[in-house]
This record gives sequence, C-alpha cells and structure tokens, in this order.
Amino acid sequence: MSTRIERRFAELKVAKRGGLVVFVTAGDPTYEVSRDIILSLPNAGADVIEIGMPFTDPMADGPAIQASSLRALKNGQNMPKTLNLVREFRAKDQNTPIVLMGYYNPIYSYGVDKFLKDANAAGVDGLIVVDLPPEEDSELCLPALKAGLNFIRLATPTTDDKRLPTVLNNTSGFVYYVSIMGITGTRAASDVDITAAVGRLKRHTDLPIAVGFGISTPERAAAVAKVADAAVVGSAVVNKIAAEIGADGKPGPRAAQAALDLVKSLAAGVRAARV
Amino acid sequence: MSIAAATPPNSYRTGPDEHGRFGIFGGRFVAETLMPLILEVEAAYNAAKIDPKFAQEMDYYRTHYIGRPSPLYFAERLSRELGGAKIYMKRDELNHTGSHKINNCMGQILLAKRMGKTRIIAETGAGQHGVATATVCALFNLPCTVYMGATDIARQQPNVFRMKLLGAEVIPVHSGTATLKDAMNEALRDWVANVENTFYIIGTAAGPHPYPSMVRDFQSIIGVEAKAQMLEAEGRLPDTLVACIGGGSNAIGLFHPFLDDRDVEIIGVEAGGDGVETGRHAASLTGGRPGVLHGNRTYLLQDDDGQIIDAHSISAGLDYPGIGPEHSWLHEMKRVKYVSATDLEALDAFQMLAKVEGIIPALEPAHALAYVQKLAPTRPKDNIIIMNLCGRGDKDIFAVAERLGTKL
Repeated sequence: MSTRIERRFAELKVAKRGGLVVFVTAGDPTYEVSRDIILSLPNAGADVIEIGMPFTDPMADGPAIQASSLRALKNGQNMPKTLNLVREFRAKDQNTPIVLMGYYNPIYSYGVDKFLKDANAAGVDGLIVVDLPPEEDSELCLPALKAGLNFIRLATPTTDDKRLPTVLNNTSGFVYYVSIMGITGTRAASDVDITAAVGRLKRHTDLPIAVGFGISTPERAAAVAKVADAAVVGSAVVNKIAAEIGADGKPGPRAAQAALDLVKSLAAGVRAARV
Repeated sequence: MSIAAATPPNSYRTGPDEHGRFGIFGGRFVAETLMPLILEVEAAYNAAKIDPKFAQEMDYYRTHYIGRPSPLYFAERLSRELGGAKIYMKRDELNHTGSHKINNCMGQILLAKRMGKTRIIAETGAGQHGVATATVCALFNLPCTVYMGATDIARQQPNVFRMKLLGAEVIPVHSGTATLKDAMNEALRDWVANVENTFYIIGTAAGPHPYPSMVRDFQSIIGVEAKAQMLEAEGRLPDTLVACIGGGSNAIGLFHPFLDDRDVEIIGVEAGGDGVETGRHAASLTGGRPGVLHGNRTYLLQDDDGQIIDAHSISAGLDYPGIGPEHSWLHEMKRVKYVSATDLEALDAFQMLAKVEGIIPALEPAHALAYVQKLAPTRPKDNIIIMNLCGRGDKDIFAVAERLGTKL
C-alpha cells in the first residue's frame, strides 16, 4: 500500500511539475492561528505540509524558526496539541501529506511507541528528525518504518558519495536535500550547485528529492522546482507570521492571511516553473 | 528506560562502545551536516591516541606551558579545622589560565592542527573554557570565535576581557536563556555552517561521540597524577574523591583512573542553586531525567513535554541543564554517588577556604568544597579525601562581592 506522500509525488510526476512543501511551526503564534493556516495550506497551493514540533533548543535552525518555536511554546504548545492539530487537519483533508519535523527529545520524552501510535492515528504520514542521523536508526527510524510511517532523511552538501548510501538506506517518502551548509533561513545555494546536487542524488536513489534551506521567494521556489521534485519553504513563511505579531506579543488579524498570501505566490511560482 | 545496576561490570573504564554509548547514554545525535565531520574527528582522534608523537607533543606542552603536574596539596589547616579526614587538594587551579580547562583545550587544538583545520570555535559558560581556548589559539596562531551567553558575559566580565586580550572574538548569545546551553546551540550552528575549515573545541565531557571520551581522556591526567602523588604521599589510595559537576569534565578527569579501584568512594557534587527542592538548580542527575540534547543522551533538566528547563546556579560554569553521558551511566550503575550543594553553601565554602588556606577557589570547586565541609568531620582522622580544586576564584570576585553586598 502506498503512502500519502508517495501518492502525492506520483501525482506531481503525472502533472509534470515540481511540488511545494510548506513548513510552519505547530502552535505558532497560537494554536488557533496555526490551525487556520494549516487548514488553508492545501487551497493556497501547498502540496506537502511540514509541521514543526516546537523545541526549546533547535540547534539546526536559524533565528526565524527558533523564534517561532519559542512563540509556540510560550503559548502552551506541546506534543499532544501538535498531534491534535494534525487530527483536526486530517478530519478535513484526506489527501495532503503531513510530515512532522523537529528534534528527538520531545518525541523521546513522549515515548517512542506511544508517539508512533498516536501520530499514525492522528494522520501523520512522515517524520523528519533533524538530530537522528543513520547512526541512530534504531531509536526511531526503524520503529517508524515498521509502524508504516515514512522516515525522511536530510542529505547535505557534506554527505559525499561514500556516505550517501548510508543516508539513503532506510529513507522513505522523499529525500530532503539541505542545499547549504548551515542553518535554516540564512544563505541560499546557487542554481548550479542545486542542479548538480539533485543530479548526484538521483544517481543514488529513485526517491523524490525535495530541496530546502534558504528558499524564500516565488522565483527561488520556481528555480528549485524546475530541477528538483519539490521546493521546501519554511523560514520565509514563518517570517510572514512574525511580522504580524504586535508589540503586545499577540498576533494581528492578518497573521494567517499574510502567510497564506506568500504560499499562494510560491505555489504560482512552482506551477509556472516547468511550463 | 533506565538500567538497573544489577551486576557490576568487570570494568567501569571500557566505555564508550563503538556507537559512542555508555550503557544507553552518549551517542551521536547530530544533524547530518555534522555527521561526516564527527566521524572524521573520531578517526583522527583514534589515530592520534596511538601515535607516540602526539603523546610527546602533549607531554611537552603539559610540562612547559600548562605547568603540570599540578601539586597534590595536603590542606593541613583545613583538615584540622574540620576535625576529621585528611583533605588533599588537587591544585588544577594553578594551571596556566587558572583552571583544568586547558588540559582539554591543548589536546583538542593539537588534534585540530593534525586535521588541518584553520579556525577554532568554542562555547563558554564561566569563561574559563573560553579563556583556555583563546589561549591555545593564540599559542598556535589560529583564529578563535567564542560563543558566550549574554547573561554570562554580564557576570563574568574579567574573563570576557581576557579572551579579547588573547585575540579571540567573543560573540554574545541572546537566544533562549542566554547562558551556556544557548552558547552551545549557537556554536553548533556556526559549526554546521563552517564544517570545512572549523574545529569545535567542546569544553566539557559532553556532546556527540567522540567528545565525551576525548575530553575525558585529556582530563584524565588529573586523576593519573593524583593517584601517583597520593601513593607517594601516603603509600595508599584515598578513601574518597570529591569533585564538582556541571558538564563534568574536571570530575571525570579525576574519577576515571580510579573507577576500578572499588574501595575508593567517588562523589560528584552538582550545583543545587537555591536548593533542588525549589526547582531553581542545575542538578541534572538529582533533579532531571534522561533525554537527548547537544548530540548525546544524558540526564537533562526538562519539563513533561521534553522541553529543556533553564538551569540556575551562582556558578556560570555549572549553569547547564545537562551532564556528560558517562556521569549518567556511572550514576545509574551506582559507581559514583551524586549529591548537590546550594549557592549559599558554595559561597560559604568560597570564603572559608580563602581564610583558612589562603586559596580563593572558583565558585565551581567551592561546591565540591561545600560537600567536603560536611563530609570530613564525619570521618576518622586516618581517612583521606581528595578534592579537585579545578579552578581559581579571581574571575568570581566581582560576582561574589555583589552577592555579599560589597561594592568594589
């Protein structure tokens, strides 16, 4: 049986276009606004939704996502609420894949078995856990695969041809190529580098390749979607939310719309890329 | 998930295993970008460990630059005042730069040089590790960037100035709680962005494998010397070892060579802050539970959701919500006993040692001393305690003066 993620990438292939993967942090800035955004993402043109599980110490993330995590935590977000967010989404949308992304400790603290059971029941399709390299596969990756979830691994410019098979082994759903050496939302990679990297990955795997880190505009998303199977945008969307937060720390009335407007323009860019 | 200490192992000194684990603790929980480099550091360290040239280089700098061996000093007056056990102090505060931190920095920078790295980064809490890193960077002419929490910068001004004098760039970290854990996050973020030319000199026996064991090995010179010095002074091993623990590098350095001497009682003293019962402390083993942070699984201060809780301690060097993974294992195996001392007890010990022995200790070992103050009087006069005096207190006089209400 194929997963939602596999079906979605198969549809994109038929449609002959690259996909748009959108990242938002669960509960940022509040549970309600975050739910409004996530429920509207498919209509705005997101093909796959990545939901960040907030963590106090996101060591691979730049200032934008660090701040979004802290906003969410400050407003009471936690793992049960994040899973509930997915449950609410899944009640309304059966087709759009949801990938939970984050760090291992909140999952470990929740309990791996319980987490996999509850994530599956909520309608989660895949996991990206930044601080679980293949060397730690027995922690979560293997149990997740056994539970029928996709485990999506990050490949980076430092993952050389010798190491790639190790990284790709036990990876499923798609491969997330981190296009720069660095943290999220900072610098951007060149088209030449991205094209070369995607070509290299394709020689090693038949899995779809999504490219992320440093993609912030419709033009950049389009350029990436031209050569990769999908472009991932996170910090830029999160920044739109942050910009609508008032001096009192409360989200303004346009927080959700501002994020969704950017997603719409990114989606238009991605859709026009291969015409 | 914790493992009961049913049968003791044949040796407590064989860890970590090939996965970098001490029991369930340790490991390599890092982003993929860092993984190839972590493996490279491990391979380089394994090669260096068996290279006599590396050992010779270490010996040379230990003797001529750091000033080793450090004395094992019989604190006669203190012992008499406390009226019980004989107290010996391992004087690592007499090292160049004023703490044990340089033992490790020297080892890591020699390794960085072997690996051809051209830029050094470090995190620091109290500033002792930052100063030691800046020092070896000056010595070997490598650019040095030190990440330090903005809160710590405010309470450790003398060390910030020292680092700058030594040519290091000190970057204030404002994220999170602006203390040691955030400095470590920021150093890891720098490393991810600069893996090709940069070596990260981690200051404590924590982080992804091979750091916990590598730092331990470099710090074990403390215990190796102490053992030989004790045999020479007393003709026998001590009854008890006491050291303070933040990440736990000075402690593991003293403890490790004694772990298989089962008659030697070993005690680690965590920072109790306002008291472990208040929740405002830095005692990860006493008040935390296993989790994953900064590349390793270990005991962490965390809430029910697995979010990291701020540590609290008067000592910036102990103000960390985690602890080295080997300590977590030794705790669960019950080989080492972990206790805590509060801010007030440490402050009291700090002042007492100055008056009784003419030694101003750093606030970090003042925690160990606070426990020795309680322990020694309960022991017979022929009992021997070694306490690790791992740092001197010059850096702390401003913070202590403020706490005591004295205007400088």
